[in-house]
Formats: sequence, structure tokens, C-alpha cells
Amino acid sequence: MLKLCKREKIIVYILLVIYSSIILIPFFMTIMNSFKSMREIFLLPFSLPSHPSFRNFIDAWHQANMGNAYLNSALIAFTSVIGTTFISSLFAYAISRYRFPFRRQLYMYSMLGLAFPARLAIIPVFLMMKSLGLIDTRLGLIIIYISVGIPFSVFLLKNFIDGVPLEIEEAARIDGASAWMIFWRIVLPLIRPALAIVAIVRFVGVWNDFFFPLIFINTRSKATITLAVSIFFGEYSNTWNLLFASLTLAIIPILILFLIFSKQFISGMTKGAIK
Amino acid sequence: MATVNLEHVTKIYEGKVEAVKDATLDIKDKEFIVLVGPSGCGKTTTLRMVAGLEEITKGTIRIGDRVVNDVEPKDRDIAMVFQNYALYPHMTVYQNMAFGLKLRKFPKHEIESRVREAARILNIEELLDRKPKQLSGGQRQRVAVGRAIVRNPKVFLFDEPLSNLDAKLRVQMRAELKKLHQRLETTAIYVTHDQVEAMTMGDRIVILRDGVIQQVGTPLEVYLHPGNRFVAGFIGSPPMNFIPATVISKNSAFWVKTSGFELKIPEDKVEKLGPYKDKEIIFGIRPENIYDKMFAVAAQKENTFKVKVDVVEPMGNEAYLHVLSGSDLITARVDFRTKASPGEEMDLVADMNLMHAFDKQTEKAIM
Repeated sequence: MLKLCKREKIIVYILLVIYSSIILIPFFMTIMNSFKSMREIFLLPFSLPSHPSFRNFIDAWHQANMGNAYLNSALIAFTSVIGTTFISSLFAYAISRYRFPFRRQLYMYSMLGLAFPARLAIIPVFLMMKSLGLIDTRLGLIIIYISVGIPFSVFLLKNFIDGVPLEIEEAARIDGASAWMIFWRIVLPLIRPALAIVAIVRFVGVWNDFFFPLIFINTRSKATITLAVSIFFGEYSNTWNLLFASLTLAIIPILILFLIFSKQFISGMTKGAIK
Repeated sequence: MATVNLEHVTKIYEGKVEAVKDATLDIKDKEFIVLVGPSGCGKTTTLRMVAGLEEITKGTIRIGDRVVNDVEPKDRDIAMVFQNYALYPHMTVYQNMAFGLKLRKFPKHEIESRVREAARILNIEELLDRKPKQLSGGQRQRVAVGRAIVRNPKVFLFDEPLSNLDAKLRVQMRAELKKLHQRLETTAIYVTHDQVEAMTMGDRIVILRDGVIQQVGTPLEVYLHPGNRFVAGFIGSPPMNFIPATVISKNSAFWVKTSGFELKIPEDKVEKLGPYKDKEIIFGIRPENIYDKMFAVAAQKENTFKVKVDVVEPMGNEAYLHVLSGSDLITARVDFRTKASPGEEMDLVADMNLMHAFDKQTEKAIM
């Protein structure tokens, strides 16, 4: 462990406090203001609510049809996370363990997705989706999210799988496990921390994404949570109280997810390989 | 129970590196055979080919009567213990040992009884609920062995299983593995780079170098009658002394003449060494066959030679002397009471009945 002297410690703590404030103050304001009336938000934006009320949440829930949006977002996020994790782990395993022609090139090709954002190719993607009849469908969004998630997931998972000692797989081969069994019963459990990172990062990414639903979803009943919340942004004015309430509601699932998986997430971030 | 036969087995990696060259070896049923050699000699590759983890470039491998060249590892009826144990980290000891049986769809009660029996034999019954990371090196080793024996395979394969243990534990596990083999009576192939392990454990030893089998024999055979200079130098510690020499004839006898001494060749060896008269050979003598004259019983003029002591290493029960004879550096393993001290001259006695001689060109043993 690195030992810090007292002065260094103070500096580190100051920096941590500044960083935490930058992250936490907007959160705090969003949550506090979601309990206030419009008038109070404008008068005392930084104070605690004087008469906390759940009225905003109820109004936001109904006006934005948030129940439906929650379901849409959950369906899209869960399905695409499962899809990304499944496809990426198979792909990463093949790249890491099997020797076949153009293996490296295939890996580099998939890594291109890390260098270029998918939004850059939005017009071709749109045309492709249109020709497949997937515009304004949840399936279309799921397919896009799965493919967008693959480069990062493959990158992370491949590095983890590289760290799994080959002998463990060989032992399983001798024990009688098929290739699929080795993948499913040995490799996947061993890279669980990496799978948790992929799942959380992708879930948050999909849940919070506004861009793709905005482009591909036109029908209100298919709107995701971000699209639903956006109705409170008016052309000339914003309904701040409902906007804050709906944003607070939108954050909750992510917070719960992170609290559940934070242990796995942190161990995955710090460990990096299987000992 | 099975024999294992390798017939002209060759392994070439990526069309370039020849890791094993034309290996032919017959392993008998219930035999404990040890493949030994320096790193990169092809011993692990050979073992992995028997296991089915490495494809065979040329040749045939049989387990029992069946050619297994294209048989999957799981269908070869073998079990392997790896150098780093290769236990499944996410499973308990019980699950580790039961995994292979489960995959082979053994009934639950049979799995249970086999695992418990193996655990009892290996003395790891109280560890069955632990995960591998909660075990010490020795315990992990036992679990790895346990995982192999529950399946009751035809052949056990051991890939340097003791090399990660500390010296004391290694000696203990060595004896236990040997005992286990005697009890289970299963054919075993054991790979190690440690010649002491090879000597103490193997019914027969296979010495490899650069992918080529140098010699196959019982521990005593390879120790007493090494087939070539490499085997002679590899088996035995400290290694055999190799001294450039010429065979000469003098006073109606044959002698080995080196830069520092002349020693008489015993008569029963003259027949083989006679043709080398006036030719150069490599004279070999093991350190343990050289004695301090003060403690030698059969010291005579023709087997005694003068040396200058360079270093003395007292080991307690014996002492290693590093001495200079002419321009040759020689190691002797002598009585611990030796009075030898660095810089002084002394007389050493060689047991010429146990001498070795190697052809200078081919390095093959002359006798």
C-alpha cells in the first residue's frame, strides 16, 4: 500500500470532496426539487423542500405514461444486456482460445467499434433498419444496442478469459466436458466479475440512452423512459417540477441495480484476472 | 489397467519446431514410468500427446489395444494431475472431485461414495466443503490427485505435480504418490525435471533430450550403465565428472591418461576399451566413486592420483571436494572427516571398477 503523509492526505481528501460534489450536487438538486412546487423551485432552488409532496411524482407518472415507459426500457435494457453478454462472451472466448485464420483481424475489426461511435453511422443504420422493417419497433432498438455493446464487452471479456489458466479447461476436457460445457460451467463462472461489469455498464448505457429511441421510436406506447421524460421539455418552457420528479423515478432502477451488483463491479474493476 | 505404446511418435509445432522426435516407448500394465529431462526436452509434450491435449504429427499412440490418435481426451479413460493443480476455483473440493463423474452421468450415490472413498485415502475428508483458495499447496495437490483417482482411469498422467511444493512437502508427497500407485495398481506416466524424483519413484525412467529419447531403463540401470554422456551427466547428483583422456598401453596393462593422472583400467573393461588404444575418449567417474585416500580401503598406486584442493563443501554426512587435477576440474564426494583444505595437495582414490568411458565423437558409452 502507498503510504501518504498528512499533507498529501489532506490534498487527496479535498480532491475527493470536490469530485464527489460535482457528481452528487446535481443528484441532490434533482431529488430535492422533485418534491417542490414550480414556484418553490424558482424561489429556492438549492434548499430542502419546505412542504415535501409526492404530487409531482403522481402527475409525472400519469402525464408521461411512465409505467409503460418503464416496461419498455426494462424490456429493451434486459434483453439487449443479455444479448450483448451472451454474444460477446462467446466471441471473446473463441478469439481468446481457438486458433483460426483471421482471428486477430476479426478481433481488431470488432475493436473498431470502440474507436468510432455508432452515432457516426446513424444514416446507414437507419436505412438498414428501415429496409428490415424495424423502424419504430423495440426489437430494432434491441438489435442496435446489442451490436453497440459488443466492442467494449468483447474487449473486457477477452482480457478476462486470457487470464483463466488454460490448464483448468484442459482438466475439464479430460474430466469429460464438451466445448460448450467448458464454456458454460467453467469459463463463465470464472469471469463473473467481468460479466457483472459488462452487464452494469451496458444496462446503464441502454437505460439512459436518448439518442436511438429519439431516432427510431415514433409511437408513444413504445417510448423508453428517456423519451417519456422528454415531454416535460417544452419548446419555450420546461415543466421543472415534473421533469425533476420523472428524472428521479428514472434513476431509481439504476441505483438499485448498482447497489446490488456494486461488490461484483468493484471486485471486477480491481481484480482484472483470476488468481 | 492398460499398457501404453508410443510408436515413432513425432510432434512438430506449426511446421517448424520439432518438440518430440520419433519416440518409441512401451509402457507396461501397472508400471510407474517417469519421463525426465531438462526443460524443453519434450517430456510434457509427450505426456500431453498421450492425454490427447496435443495432436500427434506422426506416429501412433495406443492405450490398451486401442489406437487413440484421434480419440478425444475424455474418451481415452485417462486422468491427469497438472503442475499448477488446475482445480476449478469456483467449485468446492467435493464438486471438483465429483465434476468428472457427474459429466459421465454416474448415479448420485455412486459419486458420493467414490468421492468420500478418495477423500479418505488422501486424508482430505474434512476439506470437502472448502474452495481451492482456502487450501494450502499440499492440500490442493491432494485434491488434484483425488479428482484423478475418483474416475478409476486406465492411466494416470502426472505433469510435474510436485514442483510447486516446498522441499519437505515434496519428499512427503513423493512417498505418498508412490504408495498410492502401489495401492491402486494403475499404469502411471509421470513427468519431472527432477532426477531425484525420477530415481525414487519410477519403475523405469525415460530420459529425454531435445525431443529424443536417450535411454529407457530402471533407475539402477540408468545410473550404473548410462547409455551416453548426457544420461550419465543428468542422472546422479553431483553430476559425473567428465575428463578428456587417452587410452594408453603401459607395463602390459591399459591406462587412462588425463592431463593430471594415469589410472589403470580394470581387466574386465580392457576388451571394450582396447580398440581405443592411443585414441581420445571421455573418461567418466562419479563423485561418489572417488575417495579421500585416508579413508579408502582399496587404495593402490594405480588407482590413486594427486590433486590440488580448490573448494571444500562440508555437507554434514559427507563433504564435496572441488579439486584440480592438471587442467581438469573434478568433484569428489568424500568422507566427512576429510582433512582437505583449499590450496593444499592431497591424494584421491578412484574406484575404477565403476569408471565410465564415452566416445569422444558420438558421446555414446563405450562399455
